[in-house]
Amino acid sequence: MKLLENPFGIHEKALAVRNQRMELISANIANADTPLFKARDLDFKSILAGENPSPMAATSPRHFETGEVQNRDGILYRVPYNSSVDGNTVEINVEQAKYGEAATQYQATLQFLESRISGIRKSLRGE
Amino acid sequence: MLKNIFEIAGTALTAQTIRMNTTASNLANAGTVSSSEEEAYRAKRPVFRALVDQADLNAGFNTLGGVKVKAVVDSTEPVRKVHDPGNPEANDEGFVFLSNVNEVTEMVDMVASSRSFQNNVEVVTTARQLMMRTLDIAKA
Repeated sequence: MKLLENPFGIHEKALAVRNQRMELISANIANADTPLFKARDLDFKSILAGENPSPMAATSPRHFETGEVQNRDGILYRVPYNSSVDGNTVEINVEQAKYGEAATQYQATLQFLESRISGIRKSLRGE
Repeated sequence: MLKNIFEIAGTALTAQTIRMNTTASNLANAGTVSSSEEEAYRAKRPVFRALVDQADLNAGFNTLGGVKVKAVVDSTEPVRKVHDPGNPEANDEGFVFLSNVNEVTEMVDMVASSRSFQNNVEVVTTARQLMMRTLDIAKA
């Protein structure tokens, strides 16, 4: 039966990624006063597609291996608008805005999931 | 899991509380006098560090990404030496040593840490609302 094969579609994975993003931003806000802390965020589109957003490809035999520096989990460092003396790249206003954005997106994904569930329920009841 | 957000914001609330505690201690001791330079009160400052590696997990933190107070260090500003022979704390030459607390810096630091505290409370509030909504998904 097609209906229950993949009932939640992309939204199941999307919810996990949205949640991961909120975690990262909350870590940024928590470290707003930590010297040398670098704010991080994730690239939603490429994570959902399962790609590495910025691979350092060794296209020539003379290229060095980047080793552990290579970022495989889609988490990127935020480029700050202004630099700060203590090397911290968290800009609290930016992070607050991003957190609000991430929370709204999380709710949107929840809404999609809810409508899927209620749709399946309705069809099972045969109303 | 959304519960990680509670943990992360929780570590930040703890760290900011420690920072406010040092501020309170500094302000309380702003007028403290001592009879020698070594004994003089020096302003305390917390040093924050991000929770990033396995060592932090071994140290009892459940989630990476939060913040901890690595150490509380003394300010290196010079202490003030004042001639006050009438003071019971005065040394043989009649000098007392005041603390190196700068009240203005402390007040600014207090406001900054209370703002950071509020930000993290807001993070928790939002995460809690989303968690409640996620729990309600079964009722859809």
